[in-house]
Amino acid sequence: MKLEVGYIDIKGIRFGDYNAVEDGILIVNPEPLLEPVLEDPLIKSAHFEIATPGESIRITPVKDVIEPRVKVEGGGGVFPGMVSKVDTVGSGKTHVLRGMAVVTAGPIVGFQEGIIDMTGIGADYTPFSKLHNLVLVMEPVEDFKQHEYEAAARLAGLRTAAAIGELARELVPDETVVYETPTIAETFKEEWKDLPRVGYVMMLQSQGLLHDTYVYGVDAKRTLSTLISATEVMDGAIVSGNCVSACDKNTTYHHQNNPVIHDLLAVHGKKINFVGTIITNENVYLDDKIRSSDWTSKMARYLSLDAAIITQEGFGNPDTDLIMNCTKLEKQGIKTVIITDEYAGQDGKSQSLADADELANAVVTGGNANEVVVLPPLDRVIGTLDYVDTVAGGHAGSLRPDGSIEAELQIITGSTNEMGFNRMSAR
Amino acid sequence: MSKFKVVHYINQFFGQVGGEEMAHIPAEKREGPVGPGLAFTKNFGDDAEIVATIVCGDSWFNENLELATETVLDMVKEESPDLFIAGPAFNAGRYGVACGTICDAVQTELGIPVLTGMYVENPGADMFRTKVLIVSTADSAAGMRRAVPAMAKLALKLVKGERIGASVEEGYIPDGVRRNFFDKKRGSTRALEMLLKKIAGEPFETEYPMPTFDRVPPMPAITDMTKATIAIVTSGGIVPKGNPDRIESSSASKYGSYNIEGVDDLTSETYETAHGGHDPVYANEDADRVIPVDVLRQYEKEGKIGKLHDWFYSTVGNGTAVASSKKYAAEIAEKLISYDVDAVVLTST
Repeated sequence: MKLEVGYIDIKGIRFGDYNAVEDGILIVNPEPLLEPVLEDPLIKSAHFEIATPGESIRITPVKDVIEPRVKVEGGGGVFPGMVSKVDTVGSGKTHVLRGMAVVTAGPIVGFQEGIIDMTGIGADYTPFSKLHNLVLVMEPVEDFKQHEYEAAARLAGLRTAAAIGELARELVPDETVVYETPTIAETFKEEWKDLPRVGYVMMLQSQGLLHDTYVYGVDAKRTLSTLISATEVMDGAIVSGNCVSACDKNTTYHHQNNPVIHDLLAVHGKKINFVGTIITNENVYLDDKIRSSDWTSKMARYLSLDAAIITQEGFGNPDTDLIMNCTKLEKQGIKTVIITDEYAGQDGKSQSLADADELANAVVTGGNANEVVVLPPLDRVIGTLDYVDTVAGGHAGSLRPDGSIEAELQIITGSTNEMGFNRMSAR
Repeated sequence: MSKFKVVHYINQFFGQVGGEEMAHIPAEKREGPVGPGLAFTKNFGDDAEIVATIVCGDSWFNENLELATETVLDMVKEESPDLFIAGPAFNAGRYGVACGTICDAVQTELGIPVLTGMYVENPGADMFRTKVLIVSTADSAAGMRRAVPAMAKLALKLVKGERIGASVEEGYIPDGVRRNFFDKKRGSTRALEMLLKKIAGEPFETEYPMPTFDRVPPMPAITDMTKATIAIVTSGGIVPKGNPDRIESSSASKYGSYNIEGVDDLTSETYETAHGGHDPVYANEDADRVIPVDVLRQYEKEGKIGKLHDWFYSTVGNGTAVASSKKYAAEIAEKLISYDVDAVVLTST
């Protein structure tokens, strides 16, 4: 598949009485954008706020982060099966509003939403502090089921991002990059025969109970491991429906900008032969874990891979899936590197993963999520601080009287990402 | 500001007493820096100074471990230093063990920061890496010029109480404590580079060496359930409504013990979950779904089991460190034994 991605750099966001992107500035007229959001009977109220890098702003509780994109040419539309109708994406031309995101905020379960600080030490840990954020703050009606409201809030975010992306349809990109993935026959061409055949195994969070990922609209826990093109992922074929701990949740933005895919494509045809991407789930039942990891290893063998990078989402229970995927590939002679993160305790002295195997001898870590950080008080809060003590990573007294927060890194959205999005590591 | 006071420990060779033939000499204290101490002094600048140097034979220390430790400890005490450094010992085995032993003792007894340096394969490194900070050095004294600045820099951080960075940043041998740091490249790029090395058969360094798991053999089966006392222990976070102990939704710092004498059924009015790792709706509707009090009570009435234990023990497993879980489990196990509990239903979520 061949996808031409045109990046339009966003340098600021402001409110106005029309919606447009002009000279790199996104102008937002809230009313027409909020209308479809408020049509959902579960959403009581919704409004937009703007957060700019460096501003003294704390956004919490954060649900998802989404990059506005639009399909300009080629089949399908962004977020197929969720916002656009089901149709194969990943070919043609896509425009991206780069340097910004739509952030959904407001309480879902009050446990697993995170914090994005736009300045201070907290900003160093989250990649989203560097973006111009259009924050969609929502509140549910009283007496709602959390999983139903999660679906409503998820769709509201994706629809808003798609509507903002639509503003980029006619724009001239600041930069255009062409991404191309080969067919299986092309991977055997003479020119590449001396390059190692490398695959990417992307594990999708699918533990259920608000830990879900959707592929073309399908709940990943009801899927078998399968193949997907890197360019389909760029067009939003995979979206987050997760309320796992904020630090190692793969937001929709992470999927759209998957760093492993970008790094593998960058050396494809030069240092490696990037054969394909396998997506596999992280279900809670042992039978599912065995079946999915078996399937992954069968497919890796079918693709005749020499090596693979495996990435994870979440922690604890999915550590088992990670180790199964890794060992089953290694036992077939397929060399692996896994990307994970650690829960080594606040003192850093505990065992980092819930499962281990000596065959997992090449590990990249996103850091110890239990490490404690003190976030300074910031001038403005977008959302509410009501849940800081109960969100994963917080404890009774996390929110101090002066507005500062003492909590584990778990609480910061994207801080220990397991796709290798960040520079943070641990030893 | 006055300088931090440092005591330095070196062996007979670096104390310029002699080689192996002088390894039998007992510990002696000299004023000021000696040998490598001069290089340390230069690196400390205005921040710290070596007030005394203890020179000791490697054989004497290792052959009289207790006496030697006590003797050197007393000599250090007399100086009331702010910091203690030993070595670097490079690959000298007995010197390395002496450095580790005395650093460990000083740290424990005097409560001041300590630092040593040695080659990673020095037997002292394996023995003491998780107890004292050991700067990684070359295998011979030829590495002195690199070892001293690295040790001096870390020593000053220790004595000033500054945050210690990860082992790769500071140059010490991994001490079993995981510390975060910002690498130069993002994780995906590091993964690709590691993979390329692994494919090429070149040496690569994992960022997290896999631990070895301990396995616990199961107890023999209970032969007569009708006389057995059964307890419930859960990591599913079930607590009395309102979470009286405020157990955290993730990375729990405690567990709770809750009395269920006379409780036949857990209801949404009386119990809930504190667990933050799943949608709590079903657990909150009926906590029996996580800990089967209702069924066990029924079994008790029917005589299928002897007794349901009067207490259940609960923590949150979500993101909770293994070391914490081990600690809670050990305490809970003691309670269970004291109440003559025969078996436990362990539930998780």
